[in-house]
Amino acid sequence: MREQIFDILEKICEDDIVRSNPDIDLFESDLMDSLGFAELLADIEDDLGILVAPSEVDRSTFNTPNRIVAYLETRSAS
Amino acid sequence: MSFYDNYQFFCVLIFILMPAMLLGILEQPLKWYSTAATFLFTALAFLSKPQQAAWLALFFVTELFLVEGYLAFRVSRGRSPAVYRLVLFLSILPLILSKLAGFWDGSTFAFLGISYLTFRCVQIIIETYDGLITEMPVLDFAAFVLFFPSISSGPIDRSRRFLQDLNNIPSRQDYLTLAGEGVFKILLGLIYKLILASIFFKGMGMVQGAWEWYFVIFYAYCYGFYLFFDFAGYSLMAIGTSYLLGIRTPENFRKPFLSVDIQEFWDRWHITLSHWFRDFLFSRFMIQSIRKKRFKTRLNAACAGFLVNMLVMGLWHGVTPSYILYGLYHGVLLAITEWYKKKSSFYKKYRQKRWYRFLSWLITLQLVIFGFYIFSGQFLWLLGLS
Repeated sequence: MREQIFDILEKICEDDIVRSNPDIDLFESDLMDSLGFAELLADIEDDLGILVAPSEVDRSTFNTPNRIVAYLETRSAS
Repeated sequence: MSFYDNYQFFCVLIFILMPAMLLGILEQPLKWYSTAATFLFTALAFLSKPQQAAWLALFFVTELFLVEGYLAFRVSRGRSPAVYRLVLFLSILPLILSKLAGFWDGSTFAFLGISYLTFRCVQIIIETYDGLITEMPVLDFAAFVLFFPSISSGPIDRSRRFLQDLNNIPSRQDYLTLAGEGVFKILLGLIYKLILASIFFKGMGMVQGAWEWYFVIFYAYCYGFYLFFDFAGYSLMAIGTSYLLGIRTPENFRKPFLSVDIQEFWDRWHITLSHWFRDFLFSRFMIQSIRKKRFKTRLNAACAGFLVNMLVMGLWHGVTPSYILYGLYHGVLLAITEWYKKKSSFYKKYRQKRWYRFLSWLITLQLVIFGFYIFSGQFLWLLGLS
């Protein structure tokens, strides 16, 4: 699952820094904007089958590759 | 009685907040006290306006019925897009009627705060559909929707966040810190609204109706800063008051005039409104568009999304040519910005440079001020269209 999420993030952000620095803030570093965020949620649903509503997560805490992975792991476990 | 702009209001407010502070310091729950205060304030505010009070009561009962009814349906029968859309439409209907009422008698659902109250109800229905909300006790619903510090003009909180604060009893230390911040915000808000906004309002009055270009520019700047200090001042007082009741209402403004582009501006100006639209309209429109492949590229989808989003925001302000134009103006600017950021090699090369950021800030400020000029209604007047 971790790999899949990194694949999605790499595709959306068009930068492999998401792998080399998985604690980077995607919004602060301009790697992701509102468009990218919508793409992310759509891809998470398509590829992982986890439905994350746009208002479900707070962008100040759902903001790094590692945190996104951690959140989705708890979601898929529940 | 109106909110945050008269002695009567502040006198009542002080009386209401002092026992609240005592409860907070004694580490007692504030939930029941603040709910009772909300009912008292709502009664006082609408005492002299029986017609508005009747519309508010009808609105509240309708929304309560929709929210509780839909919750029961969603929990027992699961997701049904048709029912969801119908309930969603019915929950927005009072707002639509109030906005269109100008075309007939002007009083249908006309009461203080309907625009903001509608957001709070609609988001509960959307999050119920999403499965994020599974219960909503009637008193919690009333406490959230009618919460008096922000009833008239926001900020627009989220129910799950709000209810977490409402049901939480902070430690004495935490409460005192929060209350201290709250008092500071109320005082800062007073300075913003009563002093700074008034100064710029005077400036507007000095050149109102003048045609000379330099007076027009002067007016536009004064209006922009008046709008900011008036609304940010109100917001600070509303946020500060809610802090004293133990509710950490989200911020509404974050130095909007320092924005380096229009997208950043909407992350700093009337934040709770733009984030509401982002989460409940734009993102959903985008996800659907991607899934249904409505547009050739995702960039096109984003541009369409911005246009739709801002047009609806314009209409929400009011069904007038100036507000609609204001919405479209910002929609187009956001779309151009998105396209420029994605496509321009010039942007990618120089965006970190100091001179670029300065230039970008300067241009953004002019675009923002011109937007406010449209918003003020003066632009269409200047063109002889109103």
